[in-house]
Amino acid sequence: MSLKRSDRREFLKRGAALAGGLGLAAAKPALGQTPAAGGIITGSPELVAYGTRSRFVTSERIAHGGRASPDAFGLDFHIASPIQDSVGVITPSSLHYVGTTRGAFVPEIDPQEHRLMIHGMVDRPLIFTMEELKRLPSVTRLHFIECAGNRANRNHTTVQETHGMTSCAEWTGVLLSTLLNEAGVQEGGNWIVAEGVEEVKGASSIPMAKAMEDCMICYGMNGEAVRPQQGFPLRMLAPGFEGILSVKWLRRIKVVDQFYMTYNDYGHLRQDSDDAALSMQIGPKSVITYPSGGQQLPGTGFFEVSGLAWSGGGKVSRVEVSTDGGRNWIDAEIRGTAHPMAHTRFSFQWNWDGAACELQSRCTDELGSVQPTRAQIGEFWAARGQPPRIKGQDNSIQPWRIDRDGSVHNAIS
Amino acid sequence: MQFPRLLLPLLLLLGVSAQAQSPTYGVGRTPSAEEIRAWDISISPTGEELPPGRGTADEGALVYQQKACAGCHGATGTGGAAPRLIKNDRGADADPWSLGRILPIRSPYATAVWDFINRGMPLYQEGSLTTNEVYALTAYLLFVNGVIEEDKVLDEKSLPQVMMPNRETWAPLPDWWKPGMPRLLDYPY
Ligand code: HEC
Repeated sequence: MSLKRSDRREFLKRGAALAGGLGLAAAKPALGQTPAAGGIITGSPELVAYGTRSRFVTSERIAHGGRASPDAFGLDFHIASPIQDSVGVITPSSLHYVGTTRGAFVPEIDPQEHRLMIHGMVDRPLIFTMEELKRLPSVTRLHFIECAGNRANRNHTTVQETHGMTSCAEWTGVLLSTLLNEAGVQEGGNWIVAEGVEEVKGASSIPMAKAMEDCMICYGMNGEAVRPQQGFPLRMLAPGFEGILSVKWLRRIKVVDQFYMTYNDYGHLRQDSDDAALSMQIGPKSVITYPSGGQQLPGTGFFEVSGLAWSGGGKVSRVEVSTDGGRNWIDAEIRGTAHPMAHTRFSFQWNWDGAACELQSRCTDELGSVQPTRAQIGEFWAARGQPPRIKGQDNSIQPWRIDRDGSVHNAIS
Repeated sequence: MQFPRLLLPLLLLLGVSAQAQSPTYGVGRTPSAEEIRAWDISISPTGEELPPGRGTADEGALVYQQKACAGCHGATGTGGAAPRLIKNDRGADADPWSLGRILPIRSPYATAVWDFINRGMPLYQEGSLTTNEVYALTAYLLFVNGVIEEDKVLDEKSLPQVMMPNRETWAPLPDWWKPGMPRLLDYPY
């Protein structure tokens, strides 16, 4: 509340008068806020040591894509982040989405024992302890990670279902190029294979051009150690590329001459080269998180429409919003700074007049690529004599329909 | 006088690029050859890292029962709690892309089947199979999926040569991509 001091005094006086008039029994404190029914949160050693959120904040992740997590074996598969409740651009580590290829156990790793080996086509194979990695020059960057399975369809209700397989964190670690230069990449070392320590030792092939550009070897996430579900103690981060390349529980990097066709690689193969290209780097994408599917507007009047935009091609340079199903577009405001390959918060000042309408958002990135509608993608491929489906990573515009009763619905047809 | 002034920055530049080839920080140690051998479980599609060994489908069928594969994946490779390992009954010449994500039929290279069994199976006892058992299990799974004949011997030479149905039908990742490029040229989105 930003009342000027004189207004505030007036406000308090009126509040006191009102309370007095009503008599003691019904008195409401002039502060306008009553303590919660449970009273106070009693201090405990646990809460002193590591805080928790309010019990009134119940936002949770959900199993994604129709397969249980954990499954019958206790393996995690895909877990979607509740981005309908997100504010700002950082996904809390506890709510960061989780993806594994075919399901994986989260390994319990003692960081004292953990090692990272770099070998293969290098002049000097190297092995690092966690302590040694932390001695090297570090970088801290905001980056999103998005799963290739983050595809919206008409059967989804909420934005958690349509878009929850993306998250953004502040990552800290060593640039992979620092380590590769230290090892000395040999002529012909055009790929790396990055491998984790979990039971299936998930490994992904990454082009050397990407590895040397901006890949990070991360030990830090949102101001603390990387969480076990995110790869503790060490995670590869391949900014803006499909999530499976950001290998967790990283223990080994082998410099090689070719795409290695690992189990992870095989699982994401495409038959068509355009499809393959469109699935590697993530395109410009955005979604309105409020109001979004399953939510309810309380009535007409002012709302700040809010959402997230991101691109694997670099910074978000523009976000537009339409309130009439994509006929007219108005620039939204970018809140804070747009970082390369990071979630970027946008907002749009809106007065709802109570009529049924359709909200959409559209992102343009610094390369000039523009987020398409599902129809535009279909037309693009149909004009080339190809099936009109969404190839590669789905970066299509998400439409939300608002009915006259204020209910919000997925409007994918 | 002009000449050396130009040369100096040039030499500095050369110095920087030469330096990138020698360690800058000297942190970390050199692993021994044994350490590298023990850690390096990668198998390329051309199979150069494959260890010597051999196995057939008949031997593999036995190992499949003995090593608890059947308990999780089902006695016949289907019907267990773990993912199925045989294709749907669509006939041997159905499009392999339509048969679900089943490694021993859909992988373009048999090396990936060997590699995954070797690194990840049997679940909870990974790394407990002998080299010959991995060859035998690979032969068994390829045989029940109609990829190889029952009497085919798989070893470090023949395994990379197995003609998987998808050998020629997959699209490589773009080799033209450079940082700062859009994901597909001439694609506006
Ligand atoms: C305890 C249960 C269990 C046992 C025993 C087991 N597996 Fe598995 N297997 C799994 C699970 C679960 C997966 C899925 C991958 C994962 O999440 O780890 C899998 C995946 C696989 C795959 C890849 C499937 C695909 O197409 O993606 C193959 C091949 C395989 N197992 C072979 C074997 C063989 C051969 C054995 C015996 C040596 C074996 N498994 C024993 C549980 C088991």
